[in-house]
Amino acid sequence: MDKILNLLEQNATYTVEQLAAMCDRDEDELRATIDKYEKDGVILGYQALVDWDKTDREYVSAFIEVKITPKHDFGYDKVARTISQYPEVQSVYLMSGVFDLAVLIEGKTLREVAYFVTHKLSTLEDVMSCSTHFVLRKYKDKGVEYRVPDADIRGEL
Amino acid sequence: MIDYSKVLSSTVSEMKPSGIRKFFDLLQGRDDVVGLTVGQPDFVTPWHIREAGIDSLKDGKTYYTSNAGLEELRVEIANYLERRFSLKYDGASEVIVTVGGSEAIDLAVRACVEPGDEVIIPTPCFVCYEPCVRLAGGTPVILETKAKNNFKVDPEELRALITPKTKMLVLAYPNNPTGAIMTKEELEEIAEVIRDTNIVVLSDEIYSELTYGRKHTSFASIEGMHERTIVASGFSKSYAMTGWRMGYIAAPKILAKQMLKLHQYVIMCAPTTSQFAALEAVKNGDSDIEMMKEEYDRRRKYLLKRFAKMGIECFEPEGAFYAFPNIGKFGLSSEEFCERLLNEYKCAIVPGNAFGETGEGFARISYAYSIKHIDQALDRIEEFVKTI
Repeated sequence: MDKILNLLEQNATYTVEQLAAMCDRDEDELRATIDKYEKDGVILGYQALVDWDKTDREYVSAFIEVKITPKHDFGYDKVARTISQYPEVQSVYLMSGVFDLAVLIEGKTLREVAYFVTHKLSTLEDVMSCSTHFVLRKYKDKGVEYRVPDADIRGEL
Repeated sequence: MIDYSKVLSSTVSEMKPSGIRKFFDLLQGRDDVVGLTVGQPDFVTPWHIREAGIDSLKDGKTYYTSNAGLEELRVEIANYLERRFSLKYDGASEVIVTVGGSEAIDLAVRACVEPGDEVIIPTPCFVCYEPCVRLAGGTPVILETKAKNNFKVDPEELRALITPKTKMLVLAYPNNPTGAIMTKEELEEIAEVIRDTNIVVLSDEIYSELTYGRKHTSFASIEGMHERTIVASGFSKSYAMTGWRMGYIAAPKILAKQMLKLHQYVIMCAPTTSQFAALEAVKNGDSDIEMMKEEYDRRRKYLLKRFAKMGIECFEPEGAFYAFPNIGKFGLSSEEFCERLLNEYKCAIVPGNAFGETGEGFARISYAYSIKHIDQALDRIEEFVKTI
């Protein structure tokens, strides 16, 4: 497995020059490799982790457990792809256990989320039931703790 | 009124404060400065190690341990030294858990050095050896390592400094501040010089886990050297545990027994909470070491590449987390260079002469920082050197 992927997952702001120097790779070769990762859908995007609670943005997010009607000869892909189309849906996972899909959604208000669940998600033909849990606070996401980083007060020894 | 000059020990009063300290005083209260000065990891102690410390408190383990430290910890340190560096020590009688590597150094020096004894100290080096020797009444004899030898101890230069009074040789590799290491073959040459003497070696191996490209060789593992070597090491650098103050000594029983007496009267025992955390580290922390080492190595490579682009000469440091670039060509003393860099470009690095006169013309750069931080500092250094 290519270490570059771990490094970019940790920090997408690394430049090709930095990555090449850090990993003893040729810059041109590395640039081509990353291009290929993007083309092949191995690297799908580069995003910042924003703690919206520290801004004036009003938003709510919810984690929805979705049960799907079991059907003969029918996988979960179709309904999962359909749910993924909604722009308010942030994540969709197929799960083992008592429910089938975990859907993470974000909306401006509680009412907006409620509307999405009652009018869009639960009305989908194959959706049997939804159980909605509102997120109260985010502590960690993508391996990063949501708190102000500590100042560097290491002793100068 | 009391006359303090009559109260204070002249040995202590005459001792100069650490050269690093002097430079850091200039940094006080400056939050606009990007520094590469810190000599400790930027990682937090891995959680399973912190948790072991916390659990020991929850379980009420707040007692003194035995003087030498928890026996289980000493045995595990001995296992670790064998696993990682092929060293053989009896944990019960040849390992002492100390308050950081610093206490280990002090114990080793004081257990051996008497007034009139000479201790050979290769420089540039960490700042504590010389004062420790002086406090023991010994005479430090400086062996100046050279950039052209990649700051390694030259066996012939060592031979030339040995006198009938030479009691101890300090070897501190991987080295702070240069990042130099000494290979097995090079250590064997040193061993040849002292083999038929009564010189004891204090081998400070606190950075032994941080070598890049080749594995560390402990001086005690060189044939015939076990009997005359005191290994001083600790958990600070390898497991990012600086604040826990956990070090140790490994030495032949006869030496360990005497050092333990000193430790017993001065310290009693190392902090118990830290000992339980260290136990977890030494048993289950090998993969943490690898993770941190890989990260340091990436920064090291990046740093060297940027120096090369800037036209700053820097020999390849193979250990610790420091680079020691040659700034001599800019025509400023190390202190002038660092002070101007600080005042004009708000970037702090440590002048090489803080680690001994032979560090003049160099500067210590720590890469125990994120790439982003290193990049910012190097941008400032690049701008500065363009102007001189």
